[in-house]
Amino acid sequence: MGKTEESQIYDSAKQTSPALEELQEIIRYRDLIIQVVRRDILTRYKRSFLGVAWTMLNPLGTMIVLTIVFSQAFGTGFSYAAYVLSGLIAWNFFQQTTNAAISHLVWGGTLLKRIYVPRTVFAFSALGTGLFNLLLSLVPLLLVMVITSVPIQATILFLPIPILFLAIFSLGVGLLVSALAVFYTDIAEMYQIILTAWMYLTPIIYPEDILPEQFRVLIAIFNPMYHLVRLFRAPLYYGEIPSLEELLISGLIASVTLIIGWIIFTRRSDEFAYRI
Amino acid sequence: MNLHTVSDLTKTKQVSTAQTQDDVVRLDDVTVRYRAPSERIGTFKEYMIRRLQGRVQHQDFLALDEVNINVKKGEVFGIIGKNGAGKSTLLKLVARVMKPTSGRVWVKGSVAPLLEFGAGFHPELTGRENVYLNGALLGFTQRQMKEKFDRIVDFAELWDFIEAPLRTYSSGMVARLGFAIATDVDPDILIVDEVLSVGDEAFQQKSLERMLSFQQQGISILIVSHNMALIQQMCDRVAWIDHGCLEMVETPAETIQAYREN
Repeated sequence: MGKTEESQIYDSAKQTSPALEELQEIIRYRDLIIQVVRRDILTRYKRSFLGVAWTMLNPLGTMIVLTIVFSQAFGTGFSYAAYVLSGLIAWNFFQQTTNAAISHLVWGGTLLKRIYVPRTVFAFSALGTGLFNLLLSLVPLLLVMVITSVPIQATILFLPIPILFLAIFSLGVGLLVSALAVFYTDIAEMYQIILTAWMYLTPIIYPEDILPEQFRVLIAIFNPMYHLVRLFRAPLYYGEIPSLEELLISGLIASVTLIIGWIIFTRRSDEFAYRI
Repeated sequence: MNLHTVSDLTKTKQVSTAQTQDDVVRLDDVTVRYRAPSERIGTFKEYMIRRLQGRVQHQDFLALDEVNINVKKGEVFGIIGKNGAGKSTLLKLVARVMKPTSGRVWVKGSVAPLLEFGAGFHPELTGRENVYLNGALLGFTQRQMKEKFDRIVDFAELWDFIEAPLRTYSSGMVARLGFAIATDVDPDILIVDEVLSVGDEAFQQKSLERMLSFQQQGISILIVSHNMALIQQMCDRVAWIDHGCLEMVETPAETIQAYREN
């Protein structure tokens, strides 16, 4: 919208690909994403005493509860605390990002009726806030690893790749669900139930090897988060570099999800102003 | 604040007939049809069941019906009509918020909407933070906003409160900040939807002066208002919309008279 593009012309009759158009627009509005992320982080904690520390305390608290309840049940051969916390961090990121994408679009609804902004801005800023929280919660994780003497290895430098894949996947799911939620309010509620079921179908609070083999195979086929959480844990908890095959599977799942989510979202986004 | 004399008006008219390439906004046969289900279907389940039974009945509501309008460069164009006549829908089309169901909307240059006060502001953020957030919503980069910041706060006269959270502002102060941001954007087309009635009298006067200076700079302005005095004073041409149909586009005096007689 800057003055620099002197005679920019908007023509509603021009047939372009909405998916590509949205991509151009979101790049132009990248500063808006930063501002909305800033707003979310600032306002979330502005009036609380411990402020941003809650981002770290929250998963830590859940971990302590789960460790007290489950650590004996799953055997003592491994550090349950670090295992469950690493899984929780990955899962929380996914859950928060997709949920925020939905509620931001509804929040932005009143705004979207008055002013043009690229519609994917809200999903992107949800992702930005999620990434900020994820990075912060790595601090207590590393602490827990030190305390429970789980070695922190150089493979941790590989962590940006699993985070990237998780981010791509979460953005894709966030776009998909929020596009549906605009048309059917029930979707947002239904999604909460799906999330709960989904979490228990992903080895987060229980170790993968307690699953019967045929069940584990089924989960590996139908649950993308199984691969993404595994990929996230490998360099952190296990000190392993994932195999090329694992990387390819996760990368493919994430990109395909984003492409599908992007296309569906941008196709429907013209109708948002009629619906929100 | 000069009222247009008759000779002024005839001059603009001659210009408008002579140069159609001067258009900045063109609406060709624009129709906006909202499809509302005739019965309220609130849930997904209900919708799917009805869909399968083929019982989803829609009632079409025409917000705009084959409207043709063109706005020229530097023109102040007013839109009047009853509530629900389609005025705001028309502005939404120009602001790219909405695409028409059929027809064509063509806009040349940048469009800045004057947001209803409060929209896009966050009460917990400070005035300063809100200026940056609002600027980003209008499509400006961080760097552009830094450049504008002092001017905006000067105009809003809010230097004493700029580091305070917005929830501590009075509604007049919020409105001032909103107006200052929106009108500092240096757009080609400014969209004003019934917002000039906020703030105290002195600020209203100041806002009006800024609008007039826009006019002098050759910026086109689209105004929706129920304030006939304002429309009369500011506009070059006025459109009257009733039930989504364009009734007439004439000089302010003529359109307002016809509208009142109706």
